[in-house]
Amino acid sequence: MSPDSLTFIFLNTVLANNFVLAMFLGLCPFLGVSGRLDTAIPMGIATTFVMLVSSVCAYAINQVLVAFDIEFLRLISYIAIIASAVQLVEMGLKKYSPSLFRSLGIFLPLITTNCAILGVALFQTFRDYDFSQSLVYAFGAGVGFTLAIALMAGLREKLELSQLPSVTQGAALSLMLGGMLSLTFMGFAGLGGGHG
Amino acid sequence: MTRKTDTQITWKTFSEGLWANNPVFVMLLGMCPTLAVTNSAINALAMGLATTFVLLASGLLVSLLARYIPKQVRIATYIVIIATFVTMIDYIIQAISLDLYNALGAFIQLIVVNCIILGRAEAYASKHRPAKAVLNALGMGAGFTLALLCLGLVREILGSGSVFGVDLFGPAFQPWVIMTLPPGGFLVLGAWLLLFDWFRLRRQQKETVTGGQSDVA
Repeated sequence: MSPDSLTFIFLNTVLANNFVLAMFLGLCPFLGVSGRLDTAIPMGIATTFVMLVSSVCAYAINQVLVAFDIEFLRLISYIAIIASAVQLVEMGLKKYSPSLFRSLGIFLPLITTNCAILGVALFQTFRDYDFSQSLVYAFGAGVGFTLAIALMAGLREKLELSQLPSVTQGAALSLMLGGMLSLTFMGFAGLGGGHG
Repeated sequence: MTRKTDTQITWKTFSEGLWANNPVFVMLLGMCPTLAVTNSAINALAMGLATTFVLLASGLLVSLLARYIPKQVRIATYIVIIATFVTMIDYIIQAISLDLYNALGAFIQLIVVNCIILGRAEAYASKHRPAKAVLNALGMGAGFTLALLCLGLVREILGSGSVFGVDLFGPAFQPWVIMTLPPGGFLVLGAWLLLFDWFRLRRQQKETVTGGQSDVA
């Protein structure tokens, strides 16, 4: 498979270069919202949606920025786009699923400062992806994020029932779990071939 | 809190970020750069300094402008201020060292979404005088750099057998490669947190034994 084909980009971002476990993007929700499976999965879906919207908008605005030769404004305009996309998702959720809106709480507006989303927008620009590639890249990143956060939530739900030494109860345990997951995902590295 | 009452600048203004409220080890903020760029000590140091610069500059500007920014749009304003300084440091690092710029990659631009900076702007800089805000930002930056160095040193020593690129153990050393790869970041930070939790538990136990006589420094 050529590294530019859509299948390759998708598999690469979901498994081999998983955004959370291999590239360390989006760790705050990964550690913060992974307590329960039934909030972790909606969080993943909401993040995927914001990624798709902001990826499309970022692609469009980048064309404008390049055309006018004002690339130094890229960071500021991307952030503004992401903030508006999050606002959109927030309004949608509030209208159609108020209970989910409440259970996600503060982590919903915090999607704005989720580095995975700005990461998608920046990486697709650095790698000169065209429109369909960007879209697949954003979708792959979202699926990878959902996969990682759902796996983590499943593990943590199991751990709630087990007896642990008091010193390990806290963030340290989550990080160790993340390390194990990351180790497991390294097994997929043969699929992708290197970072970058 | 009104602005008039907080005229006193104490050692605590600075030291709070260094230890008691260390952004990485205590508040668990800014995890992404903490884990992503600490595969060597020099990357960790550069990242720490870049973040400190943005913290300092945005803290000062937010503190100066706080009373003119309408409450409804304050978060957006802070983000724009932060993004401006990040763009600056991005070009500065590119000018100083291209190798470093390539090693840190997109993580320089991702300083924008480092929660420590927005958190400090919202929770501290907007409520305090510029001098205090700058000092506090300096402390937080120092604490962040310290934490990054803690991780970077351990990962570089174990993973490449060197410190700041200087070889430590000679050719016989078998590097623990996993430490410079992503899982190493999770495991080393987990180990540090475990260590700090253990110290805290021990101190709590001591306090309950002596009836809370010992000082809580």
